[in-house]
Amino acid sequence: MGLAGFEVEVQRQTEGGGLVTEDMTLNMGPQHPSTHGVLRFVVRADGEVMKEALPDVGYLHRSIEKIAEKVGWHGFLPYTDRVDYVAAMFCNHGWAMACEQLAGIAVPRRGEYCRVIADEMCRLHSHLLSVGSMAMDLGAFTPFTHAIREREYLNDLFEELCGARLTFHYMRIGGVGWDLPPGFGDKLAHFLDRFEPLIDEYDRLISYNKIYTERLAGVAVISPQDAIDYNLVGPNLRGSGIRYDVRRDDPYSVYPELDFEVPVGRGELGVLGDCFDRYIVRVREMRESCRILRQCLRQIPDGPVIAKVPRNFKPPAGDCYVRVESARGDMGWYVVSDGTAFPHRCKIRTGSFAAISMIPRLSRGLMLADLVAVIASLDLVAPEIDR
Amino acid sequence: MSELVDRLVANGTLPAVLPLWVWQLGAMVLFGSIVVFLFVLPVAGITTWVERRIMARMQSRIGPNRTGPVGFLQWLADGVKNLLKEDIVPAAADARLFRAAPYVVIVGFVATFAAIPFSSALIIADLDIGILYVTAVTALVVVGILMAGWSSNNKWALLGGIRSAAQIVSYEIPAGLSIFPAVLLAGTLSMQGIIAAQGPAPWQWFVFDNPFAFCAFVVLFTASLAEGNRTPFDLPEAESELVAGFATEYSGMRNLLFFMAEWGNLYVIGAIATTLFLGGWQIPWALEGHPVLRHLLETLTFVVKASVVGILLPIWLRWTLPRVRVDQMMVMCWKYLVPIALVNLLGTAMWVVAFPNGLLPIRLALLALTVCAAALFVRRVIFHLRNARLGREHLSFNPLATARSPG
Amino acid sequence: MDPAAIYTRVRERFGDAIGELTGSGRTAGCTVAPARVAEVAAWLRHEPGLAFDCLSTLAGVDYPKRNVIQVVYVLYSYRARHWFTLRVDAPRDDPRVASVSGVWSAAEWHEREVFDLLGVHFDGHPDLRRLLMPEDWPGHPLRKDFVEPEEYHGIRTSRESLLKA
Repeated sequence: MGLAGFEVEVQRQTEGGGLVTEDMTLNMGPQHPSTHGVLRFVVRADGEVMKEALPDVGYLHRSIEKIAEKVGWHGFLPYTDRVDYVAAMFCNHGWAMACEQLAGIAVPRRGEYCRVIADEMCRLHSHLLSVGSMAMDLGAFTPFTHAIREREYLNDLFEELCGARLTFHYMRIGGVGWDLPPGFGDKLAHFLDRFEPLIDEYDRLISYNKIYTERLAGVAVISPQDAIDYNLVGPNLRGSGIRYDVRRDDPYSVYPELDFEVPVGRGELGVLGDCFDRYIVRVREMRESCRILRQCLRQIPDGPVIAKVPRNFKPPAGDCYVRVESARGDMGWYVVSDGTAFPHRCKIRTGSFAAISMIPRLSRGLMLADLVAVIASLDLVAPEIDR
Repeated sequence: MSELVDRLVANGTLPAVLPLWVWQLGAMVLFGSIVVFLFVLPVAGITTWVERRIMARMQSRIGPNRTGPVGFLQWLADGVKNLLKEDIVPAAADARLFRAAPYVVIVGFVATFAAIPFSSALIIADLDIGILYVTAVTALVVVGILMAGWSSNNKWALLGGIRSAAQIVSYEIPAGLSIFPAVLLAGTLSMQGIIAAQGPAPWQWFVFDNPFAFCAFVVLFTASLAEGNRTPFDLPEAESELVAGFATEYSGMRNLLFFMAEWGNLYVIGAIATTLFLGGWQIPWALEGHPVLRHLLETLTFVVKASVVGILLPIWLRWTLPRVRVDQMMVMCWKYLVPIALVNLLGTAMWVVAFPNGLLPIRLALLALTVCAAALFVRRVIFHLRNARLGREHLSFNPLATARSPG
Repeated sequence: MDPAAIYTRVRERFGDAIGELTGSGRTAGCTVAPARVAEVAAWLRHEPGLAFDCLSTLAGVDYPKRNVIQVVYVLYSYRARHWFTLRVDAPRDDPRVASVSGVWSAAEWHEREVFDLLGVHFDGHPDLRRLLMPEDWPGHPLRKDFVEPEEYHGIRTSRESLLKA
């Protein structure tokens, strides 16, 4: 686990006068206050200006895909929470959808609405953490604590819904584990009434703060072509101006019945596709999530929340590919079944995996302080990258 | 101070067996020790307590509240904890420089207190070049920080040390240039002399004397924040990038010395700003016959003014604003603050020539402007507090308690 | 365009390198010979009506019964909003597949992961080395016949259960 494979090519230059300069090799190690998980970057820098930042991943590899082959279809659901524990509902949803598509199971409508409610609450949950951590990484500690304060209320709601605050295991193959508790709709509406004006407060506090925008505007611009080439998804893709959202353009669940906008970056304070665009897309998505939640609470029908699925679940042989619009972008689940009670292969393609593969290219010419801003704006989480 | 000693020797309270200079030296050392141990160290500690309580309230938290009433003993507990910690010197570090660096920093900080006044007679050394001495001695901190960054044998610490050196040295220029308007208005570099040239009433302070002096105050405040490594200029210790910057490898008491210097420096920032621009220890009453009361009131005035400007305001800024990047900080210093400070200096110089006794209407106008701005701000704060939709029921938001009816 | 139409065009262009149309939904597609997949991918990307600009996923699947490791490329087009899947069967004892990292930059890390976990060698990849596992890890963990080593650098990989009956 040493530097093998990371022998960075250090350049030495001899200026006129015989002064030899050398690049500095820095290790932004696995333990670092702002690398959003256990990530390591080997940075080759000329003083403060980076020439290259090479990511070294694998510190959080838990062989989740191999575990899927061992524990069976139902048993894998709790493990999916851990694929991206910041936005765990989407991972549950993806696996459940893949199993349902393989076996041709239809989820009852109330179950689908419960899923969407859980998903959008989880999106708020994740975006709050992302927006707060980004502010904290850039030195503003207060918005982080305000975001965590709001997250605590969401945690209380999640605890009432499914008993957990982080790794929910709320969804099951064929629906959701439990119906919404009595009075949950009122409490969620009460929370939304309180929360929506606070998004404006964040905007006033930090989003348009001059120091903050100077740090983010024009930094690490990703052009739309590059974004598609590197398979960036979610707010990273929309920050570069491409209005694509799996919920709108390749819809699943009950999203066709819901009315919401898809915010994109417009290069309003810098260049299109810079860090600020990606950040502001997340803030606006929080507003849209609130809108979706209110519609769901109004439109949710009565009925069962889970279809009848045999305990000894054996979908027919074949493969399928489903996508869920997670907080970090579209999460693709490629699942192969061989007709037995155990999946043959489960491949999870996550948004952060593509984003981090772009960092060596983005980091050329940036300063060290900008690397932190880039990591935060791409919303990397290490568990998604390593699985 | 020295007149006090002269008087005490003259009327026989202190025996004349020892020569006068010995008594004066002894008095200075005694007073210096009292100031350092009973004022500087507690101020550095209490500032941390104030900061943590205010920071917590800004962040919807409470802050320390277990150790002592309202957590007041937290700083003592932290001090004891740091004393008891293991003093780690990294094996590959330059041990002598590593051990010496915190002391250089703390000396650079504590030595400024030799010239900081507390009242009209309470000052350890009333130097004729008081303000110049203070500015010069605070620059010693750069040496200490560079030593710490280099001797840690840690690239991140080195980066922190270099950033800090660049920052402090750069911001010395606008800070120094902003001191001169006050010196011009007073006609002397002596701290007591500058305060004596002002008056107790707000319109007699130098900050409202003319628009250029007002700008100079703002520039001085900003540059002092940068010299003290406070957000938005806390790049050298940017936690999210450099862990703790130049102090990464330090543990225990040496670590605490660095941060004590930083927090204590807040008071120094306030003291300098108060001396130069906010009228120092001037009080409206002469109180000739009651020296104790007079000095007490003067000290109280000075400490309150220095605390508001030097402690409360930087704490407020620190927990609101993000951090600037290193190149943006240098741009701000050299391309903006230095030209503005030069303009302020020229402007004040011309003003002093044109209006040797100042213009009372301008002073009152500037004061009125500031008071109006403060009033508008307070009104906005009250408006937001009323309309922040955080009523009683929201503050104690309990999802389990707000259900109206089941189902 | 629906998968059958896409398949017809691909088959027309590349003939023998292409197998039968299989699968349904997003995973409808065809098999491709391992050495030709880079060509096919490049053509699929740049051909005007097809425009597969997005490599949605690149997965490796181990089929020990058929003695192949299959690399699956699920392609998507943002412009035309259609899907197509390429499957490449590489022999299990020496799996070598042409690399598509020249076509989509996203493939670089996906191919590194398949190399790391399944042992497939991608010809033409700029930087093929292990991604998730340590550089000196023996074997390829996602293979069905992978046996976990007893210890790694002196650290034992199994432990006695702390629950004594």
